[in-house]
Amino acid sequence: MKTKILLVLALLLPLMAIANEGVKLERAPIDPNNQASLQRGAKTFVNYCLNCHSAAYMRYNRLQDIGLTDEQIKSNLMFAGEKVGDTMTVSMPKADAKAWFGVTPPDLSVEARARGADWLYSYLRGFYRDDTRPTGWNNVVYEKVAMPHVLWSLQGEQILKIDEKTDTHHLVLEKQGAMTPAEYDATIADLVNYLVFMAEPFKERDKNLGLLVLAFLGLMFVLTYYLKKEFWKDIH
Amino acid sequence: MAKNNQQDSKNLIDWVDARFPLSSNLKAHVTEYYAPKNFNFWYFFGALATLILVLQILTGIFLTMNYKPDAALAFASVEYIMRDVSWGRLIRYMHSTGASMFFVVIYLHMFRGLMYGSYKTPRELIWLFGVGIFLVLMGEAFFGYLLPWGQMSYWGAQVIINLFTSIPFIGPDISLWLRGDYTVSDATLNRFFAFHVIALPLVLLGLVVSHLIALHEVGSNNPDGVEIKKHKDPKTHIPLDGIPFHPYYTVKDLMGVSVFLIVFSAIIFFAPEMGGYFLEANNFIPADPLKTPAHIAPVWYFTPYYSILRAVPPIFNSQFPGVAAMGLSVVIFAFLPWLDRSPVRSIRYRGSLYKKWLAAFVLSFIVLGYLGTEPSNVWGQFASSTPLIGGADRATIVARFFSLVYFSFFALMPWYTKKDKTKPVPERVTA
Repeated sequence: MKTKILLVLALLLPLMAIANEGVKLERAPIDPNNQASLQRGAKTFVNYCLNCHSAAYMRYNRLQDIGLTDEQIKSNLMFAGEKVGDTMTVSMPKADAKAWFGVTPPDLSVEARARGADWLYSYLRGFYRDDTRPTGWNNVVYEKVAMPHVLWSLQGEQILKIDEKTDTHHLVLEKQGAMTPAEYDATIADLVNYLVFMAEPFKERDKNLGLLVLAFLGLMFVLTYYLKKEFWKDIH
Repeated sequence: MAKNNQQDSKNLIDWVDARFPLSSNLKAHVTEYYAPKNFNFWYFFGALATLILVLQILTGIFLTMNYKPDAALAFASVEYIMRDVSWGRLIRYMHSTGASMFFVVIYLHMFRGLMYGSYKTPRELIWLFGVGIFLVLMGEAFFGYLLPWGQMSYWGAQVIINLFTSIPFIGPDISLWLRGDYTVSDATLNRFFAFHVIALPLVLLGLVVSHLIALHEVGSNNPDGVEIKKHKDPKTHIPLDGIPFHPYYTVKDLMGVSVFLIVFSAIIFFAPEMGGYFLEANNFIPADPLKTPAHIAPVWYFTPYYSILRAVPPIFNSQFPGVAAMGLSVVIFAFLPWLDRSPVRSIRYRGSLYKKWLAAFVLSFIVLGYLGTEPSNVWGQFASSTPLIGGADRATIVARFFSLVYFSFFALMPWYTKKDKTKPVPERVTA
């Protein structure tokens, strides 16, 4: 079983070779219209990310847009007695965070727009054990990142294998966590799906409006086209 | 009843006309402004530019109602607009897309001028006002781009303001004076906000009005480049090839506006970032004076000039030649009316020399524009064994070549337009 997992990982990850900046990213398998996935992602987000990272421009009740009621949001996703109209802030003082991690964890409200879904998907699956780092973790997508592998209990521990003959690197899962690699990848996909939603909550809804607007303008074009033709018929 | 209404409105208009030249102005500029009847596709862009100007002012007013020009609040206030202000996100996207589309339309409008010789006598002032509009628009875009206070806003402004530092002797003081601080900071943001929302828009409106007054004084050029005023109806004194702007061109432009709005809306609703060309990914990271992004690129409409800046090698360790070349690459458009010595206006009756040079200019504009969005090592380096250019960035050498083409289009114009074999120009416009 274990060799099989290794084989799958080896097949999945060979493209995550380290280069100074041009790391090959994996395509994030996300679907912005899958509400169940978005809800699972929201759950992972508030449980694992929202302790150090804020999402200070995102209000809890915006989660209504992914099919949750205020009641559901309050009882499942809010732990510190906030109001449902509050934004997703954290109580960790910025100065402390900087002292502990060396850098203040960035606000994640629009992180997906800054990094892109593929980057996040590859990054969250790219942690590996590295004893030379203060946290004990390094990342193939973001070398020497200050963030520890917060999801290690789910994923387990990966190590970086370097193939000197082909000069490539790949990650190998050495100790499996609470999830199988497939389950972990699916969890990360949900999380990234949520992060993308959070970065631009109205995007999908506005697309429907966009179609209506385009239909209206199409009609307007037809009308103005014939109007012009009618006026111009005597001009030669 | 209908008659009474008509009588009433006539009385009202008479009342106004006795006190303000309403009817005569409407006649002079709209209902009896005679435009050539042979305008083609390229003549939509003037009206579209006006439309975008109005859109930018209207959306800008609504954005200012919620935007905070404060280094500590600016980034958050933009996200507030994107999330909590009713329709704020669409107003913001209209404004950000409008900025890019303004340049798309203005570039096409300028290209029209190049094709049909619209800058030639007696339209030099129209052209000069136009170049002024173009310059102010660039300033407007630059100042506005700082306001979201993202990383690209911040470092883009830092780079551009630092360009002035390279001016000999007075450069550092000029930069400091522009910035209002030793780095781009809250003071810079505040003054850029003032420039963006009031100073430059006022200048812009003044220039646009002057552009139109000058145009209506001499009359529009047309794809044939012939003067329609030369052949007037002996009785009415209306140009034989002229048609009143309203209703003919108002309905035609309305059709153009519909097509434009379809493109515009498609971008706003489906691709507001336009693959990173209209809104850059780095600008979703709040400005951080301590963290320089790996790759700073200006927005696409500035990249041809930015490419020229990078292409010119420093002389005596000074970047000034590059900065001067970049400045010249923009200002040089103003000299066109005096560089062009061709006896004909329109490309239809010019010889092959001008056509080839214009094509080379457009190509160099596009290549330089593309290269300006990429780091200069994008195409790798020449092999170190190559004579002269061994080891140099390929993209830099290509940018140098096309910068040369860009400037040659202008510098050699007096020569090739004079030498060019022109065709006979018709007396009247062709259909």
